[in-house]
Amino acid sequence: MAVTDTGQGEAGVKRPSRLFKNLAAKFAAIPMIFTALVVFVGCTLWTIYHSFTKSRLLPAPKKWVGLDNYERLWSENRWLISIENLAIYGACSLVLSLVIGFVLAALLDRKIRFENTIRTIILYPFALSFVVTGLAWQWILNPALGLQNTMRNWGWESFTFDPLNNAEIVIFGVLIAGIWQGSGFVMVLLLAGMRGIDEDVWKASRVEGIPAWKTYIFIVIPMMRPVFVTALVIISAGIIKVYDLVVAQTSGGPGIASEVPAKYVIEKMFQAQNLGLGFAASTMMLLSVLVVLIPWAYLEFGGKKNG
Amino acid sequence: MADATVNAQASAAMSGPRGPKPKRAFSSTNIIIYGTLLVVCMYYLLPLYVMIVTSLKGMPEVRLGNIFSPPVEVTFEPWVKAWSEACTGINCEGLSRGFSNSVWILIPSVIISIAIASVNGYALANWRFKGSEVFFTILIFGAFIPYQVMIYPIVILLRESGEGITWFLRIFNEDASSFRLMGSLSGLVIVHTIFGMPILTLLFRNYFTSVPEELFKAARVDGAGFWGIYFRIMLPMSLPIFVVAMILQVTGIWNDFLFGVIYTKPETYPMTVQLNNIVNSVQGVKEYNVNMAATLLTGLVPLVIYFASGKLFVRGIAAGAVKG
Repeated sequence: MAVTDTGQGEAGVKRPSRLFKNLAAKFAAIPMIFTALVVFVGCTLWTIYHSFTKSRLLPAPKKWVGLDNYERLWSENRWLISIENLAIYGACSLVLSLVIGFVLAALLDRKIRFENTIRTIILYPFALSFVVTGLAWQWILNPALGLQNTMRNWGWESFTFDPLNNAEIVIFGVLIAGIWQGSGFVMVLLLAGMRGIDEDVWKASRVEGIPAWKTYIFIVIPMMRPVFVTALVIISAGIIKVYDLVVAQTSGGPGIASEVPAKYVIEKMFQAQNLGLGFAASTMMLLSVLVVLIPWAYLEFGGKKNG
Repeated sequence: MADATVNAQASAAMSGPRGPKPKRAFSSTNIIIYGTLLVVCMYYLLPLYVMIVTSLKGMPEVRLGNIFSPPVEVTFEPWVKAWSEACTGINCEGLSRGFSNSVWILIPSVIISIAIASVNGYALANWRFKGSEVFFTILIFGAFIPYQVMIYPIVILLRESGEGITWFLRIFNEDASSFRLMGSLSGLVIVHTIFGMPILTLLFRNYFTSVPEELFKAARVDGAGFWGIYFRIMLPMSLPIFVVAMILQVTGIWNDFLFGVIYTKPETYPMTVQLNNIVNSVQGVKEYNVNMAATLLTGLVPLVIYFASGKLFVRGIAAGAVKG
C-alpha cells in the first residue's frame, strides 16, 4: 500500500530531468565521449575537410581548391610507388600470415608435446616493436656482413639475397620481417578458434575415416569463418598502418623504392610542410580502411538490431 | 556424440580390432610434425640469436662476417656503449635518456589509460545511459581509423590547449611559465590515453558484463552508488583483467614509435625513437655490435614482460582481438 502511494506521489510531482539520471556514469564517461566525438569524429572530419583546401602551413588562409590535392597526389610518382608497395606487401602478408598462421595452429592443435614452449617461441616476436624488428632484420640482411656473406663464407659462393639494396625486391625484405613479427599472433588467434570447435566434429570425421588434412580444409576452415574474418580485419588494419617497420629497416630506400603511404603522409605533414597533400593522402588511407571495414561491419552487425 | 560413440563401438565389435593403431612415439606423422616445428622455431629464434651473439662480439670479429658464429671473445663493451655513449648526431649520451623518458611516459600513461578505460567499461556494462552504446560504437570504429588521419589535428589541439592552460595559470600568477603539451611528456601521455581507450574499454566492458548482475543489484539495494560499487565490488573482483590490460598497455606504449616521433622533441624522445636515430644515423663508422646491443636493450622490457606473463599475454591479445 505504502509503496503504491509513493509511486503515485512521484508520478504526480514533476520528475527530475532525464539528463541528470545516471549522472555519475555520465560524468565518468566524459573522457570516452570526448575521445569518440572530438578526436575520432572531429579530427577525422577536420582532416577530410582540409584535404580540399590549399594549406601549406597552418594557420594560413584556407582556400577551397576542390580535388586539386587529390589530382596532385595521384600524379606523384612517390605516392604511386607507396601504393604499389602497400598493395604488394598487403597481399603477400595477408596470404602468408593466414597460411603460415593456420598451418602452425593446425600443427600445434595435434596434441603435441612442448606446445607451450613452441607457442612461446613463435609468439615472442609479436612482443617486440616494429623498430626492433626492422633493425634486427636490417642487420641480418646486411649484404656485406649478414646472411648473404655468411652463406658465401660457408662455401655457397653464388648465394645472393640482398633485398635491402635492390629496389626491385626491397619490399619483400620488409615482408620477411613483417611476417616474422606478426604471424605468431595470427597463429594464436586461429588456434583459439580451432580449440573452440566441438570435439565431436573430430570424432565424427575419425569414424568416417577422413584424413586429418582433409578435415582441416573441408570442415575446420569453413567452421572457423568468423575467426578468419576477424583475423583478416585485424591484419588489414595493421597493414595499412605499416610505418615504423619501413622507417627502421630501410628508411624508405633504396631511393624511394620501399615507401609506404603511412610514411608518405607523415613526411608531407611534418617535413615537406605540404599539409594539403598530407591530408589528401591520409584521407585516401581512411578510404582504404573503410573499404575493408564497411563490408565487415555489415556482415557482423547487419543482421542484428543492436551492434 | 552418443551416436558416434555407439556406432564406433558397434563397428568395432562386429569386425575385430579396428580404428587407429596405438600411437607410436616415432610415427612418420610425428616426425613430420616435430621436424616442421623445429625448423619453424629456428626461424623465429634466429634473429634473437643473431642479435645476442653480434652484441657480444668486438667490431673486428663482426667484420669477419659470420653472423651465426658465437663470439670467440665475449665482450660487454657494446652494451655499455649502447647504454651510455652511443651517438645520435652530435649528442652522445646513449640510450639511457631514452630509457628514462620511456619510463616516465609509460607509468602515467598506463595508470591513467587503465583508470579511465576501466571506469568507461564499467559504466557501459552496468550504468548504460542514453547514447552510451553510440559512443562506444564510435570508439570501436575509431580504433580502425589510421592514426595518420587524426595526427595533425591532435597536434593543433595539444598546442592550443597548452596555450589555454598557460593563459589560465597566468590569471593567478602573472609570471607563470608557459605550459606546453605539444612536445612534452604529458602531451604524449594524453595521446596514449586516447588511443589506448578503444581496446581497453572493450576489454573492461566485456569483463564487467560477465560479472553476475545479482551482485550489482544486491549492492544497489544496499545503497551503494556508482563509485561505491566500482571501488568496493568491481575493482577487487577484476584484478586479473587489470593485469591483462597492464600487459597490453605496457608493451603497446613501450613499443610505440609513431606518436613518439610526432609529439615529442629530441630531449623527450622515447627509447624506440632514440634507438632508430642511433642505428640509422649516417655519421661515423657503423658499429653493428653497439647497434644490436641497443636494439636488444630496447626490446628487453617487452620481452621480459612477455616471458614473465606467459598465458596472460596471450589472453590479452586474444581479448583485444576477438570481439565479445
